[in-house]
Amino acid sequence: MSADTPMAAGAATSRSRGRSPLQRALGRFFRNGAAIAGLLILVPVLLAVLTYPFWWRYAPNSIDLRALNSGPTAAHWLGTDGVGRDTLARLLQGGRISLLIASVSVAISLLIGFLVGAIAAFGGRVLDGTIMRFVDLAMTLPPVILLLVLASITGTGILPTIFVISLLSWPVLSRMVRARLLELRERDFVVASRGFGAGLGHLLFRHALPNSLDILVVYATVQFANAILLEAGLSFLGMGIVPPEASWGNMLRAARSTVVLELHPSQWMPAGAALVATVLAINFIGDGLRDAFDPRTDLK
Amino acid sequence: MLGFYLKRLAAGLMMLIALSIMVFVLLRLAPGDPIDAYLNPLAPLSQVEMDALRQRLGLDQPWPVQYLAWLRAALGGDLGYSIDRAGVRVLPLLVERTGPTLLLMLTGLAMAIVLGIAAGVVGAVKRNSAIDVGLGVLAFLVISTPAFLKALLGLYVFAVVLRWAPSGGMLTPGAPFSLTDLLAHLTLPASLLALVYSALFMRYMRSSMIEVLNQDYLRTARAKGVGEFAVIVRHALRNAILPVITLIGSTIGIAIGGAIFIESVFDWPGMGLLMVKAVETRDYPVIMGATLLIGVGVILVNLLTDLAYAVVDPRIQVS
Repeated sequence: MSADTPMAAGAATSRSRGRSPLQRALGRFFRNGAAIAGLLILVPVLLAVLTYPFWWRYAPNSIDLRALNSGPTAAHWLGTDGVGRDTLARLLQGGRISLLIASVSVAISLLIGFLVGAIAAFGGRVLDGTIMRFVDLAMTLPPVILLLVLASITGTGILPTIFVISLLSWPVLSRMVRARLLELRERDFVVASRGFGAGLGHLLFRHALPNSLDILVVYATVQFANAILLEAGLSFLGMGIVPPEASWGNMLRAARSTVVLELHPSQWMPAGAALVATVLAINFIGDGLRDAFDPRTDLK
Repeated sequence: MLGFYLKRLAAGLMMLIALSIMVFVLLRLAPGDPIDAYLNPLAPLSQVEMDALRQRLGLDQPWPVQYLAWLRAALGGDLGYSIDRAGVRVLPLLVERTGPTLLLMLTGLAMAIVLGIAAGVVGAVKRNSAIDVGLGVLAFLVISTPAFLKALLGLYVFAVVLRWAPSGGMLTPGAPFSLTDLLAHLTLPASLLALVYSALFMRYMRSSMIEVLNQDYLRTARAKGVGEFAVIVRHALRNAILPVITLIGSTIGIAIGGAIFIESVFDWPGMGLLMVKAVETRDYPVIMGATLLIGVGVILVNLLTDLAYAVVDPRIQVS
């Protein structure tokens, strides 16, 4: 149910009449405690990760030979790793990489997912059936397996990782978009528009896109968290982002060495904490957005 | 009813065909000459023999023909040779790794069913109590923590700090086989695998149980004077447990994903570890063979749970 249907306006309480659907959605979002907590975690993380070169004295790959495997000290707040690189600097740079990969891959899978879903919905039964079988398959197989297979073909690095994660993530969205558009296709204004000779482009961008906006927003948040986890998992298994480039996943991979795991928890635990905190925060925001965009929330 | 079975079977078959096409295309996209996979590195072939093999495998034919030839070979159990391990065929390698993975996953699953269902029932019966809220928060944390982080933390706490469990492997190397040794190695990774699953089971069981607890037939049972314990276990649980069965099928993918990370952290000699190693060495025949086998397994489990659900709950044919 999209936020701008007439039904939503009719079902809303009289108190909120006169405000636009978007205003009502924002109002609902900011009354949600968990979502606000999520924002309070995510915004500082984003700021720290984006601005760290201006306020932190070490670069992620600069080596301090006087401090190898050091624990937390006044100079190195989170200590250093085995070759004397500052853990906090790597943590912040790793966050940068994770968030960069997540945002680009979300953008790509939004595009593919929307287009494929729309084409399946508007493109006739044979095309729809074929596309949906492969979507089913992609959603049945364990994502980690597909991720590993694709990564083994593309190799490691930022671009291949973005490619692999985007390629894996669009099927969920295309299924949701398809369901929404199958319903939309039969609505009078779309039938009328087709009757007047509207082309696929007009249908997709004037009718389909505005009416799937809520799905896209919620998907983007959830997928952002997912993409961070997929990147971390891939890097943890030795694909994805490999050293010397920093990433939360490959900092955790360091703990597969018994020495690091046992003796230097300061080298891997912060990466784990950052990963969980960020993902939790994004999920809280995502839940908040989902409730905010659902016009039935006010009735509960 | 028969119609439902046939429809499910047809859908499962379509998925298997889609899977085989996907694996075939990925194999062709992988770098290198596809014939490499079928060469035994220990027995080099002459150019003439190579051409004959190429012809037999259909590699000189267009892609659709190649696909059928590859499919025929795969169905006959010929997945080629491992590139990394000289002279080892892919299929026996996969079969050898299936046992440990199944052992790990089934143990984890059994633990999760018991734990998750018990916790879900307690949560539903004592709704909104401290226990219920505590279990809910715990489940949320467990689900939100990625599998590899759980595995690392579990290894750190139980193997390094507390020294309760060995730090990896399936058996102590060099020691004669004993069941206690196997169990000592199995307990920690299986419990970690069970964690996610039991959290999912718990959530599902709790909401399904709450729904059943509001039904009229439970009030009738209580009115007849049936004891509270019997009401919950004999009347409510039996009905509430039905939807949880499908969860086993639909989350098998999550379990396999988790198993890959856990096997890789604990050096458990299963399919996941094999796959990770194969990816590291770009051993494509092994990667694709493992993907094919895991994919077939997942599709079959999904199919079986669908069919089993229809048997347990006759109402399914209506929808």
